[in-house]
Amino acid sequence: MSDNEIRTLIAQAIEENETILFMKGSPDAPACGFSARTVAMLQQLATPFAAVDVLPDPRIRQELSALSNWPTIPQLFHKGELIGGCDIVTEMYENGELGEALGAPAQSGPAPAPAGAGPAPAAPMGIENRLG
Amino acid sequence: MPSADEVKSRIEAGIPGATAEVQTHDEVHFDVVVRAGAFEGLSRVKQHRLVMDIFDGELGGAIHALALKTEVPT
Repeated sequence: MSDNEIRTLIAQAIEENETILFMKGSPDAPACGFSARTVAMLQQLATPFAAVDVLPDPRIRQELSALSNWPTIPQLFHKGELIGGCDIVTEMYENGELGEALGAPAQSGPAPAPAGAGPAPAAPMGIENRLG
Repeated sequence: MPSADEVKSRIEAGIPGATAEVQTHDEVHFDVVVRAGAFEGLSRVKQHRLVMDIFDGELGGAIHALALKTEVPT
């Protein structure tokens, strides 16, 4: 698979998933503290999100950063727009803007427990699954 | 390795009217707060890009990590 094809798949994943997080590892097994914190905040908001692990192929991260003009991982997108990385997501979570930006149930007081306590669903077509 | 003062002066030179507070314990990880009128009306991503563009190519190298907070002066 060429670098261009990877970039196209990333762009499609961003377009097809209302909320999508590019991270190191998976929501169940984050491989980096910044990714883990970002997942935890999204789960606290009980907002559904797709997740893509950038670690299986270094080109995923390279092409994602080229596409988004953002150097670091994680990267959270909503409706095709980059919301930010861990710093921005943390700031927005702490001042209540994140839930609003993601269209999550009102973020006020203690966030409700995630319904069913199930793990966030993986992206319907994980990019890594199409790299083989 | 850049000092906190160097990071601060580069941000303030790079964004007219900005004031930056920079803290570092090891001169590779930096905690930075930037206040600038230039941020007015920009999304946080765009605010952060204005700052990160100053260090284009150094993030992940000489500067391992820049924990960044941006504010519009009130």
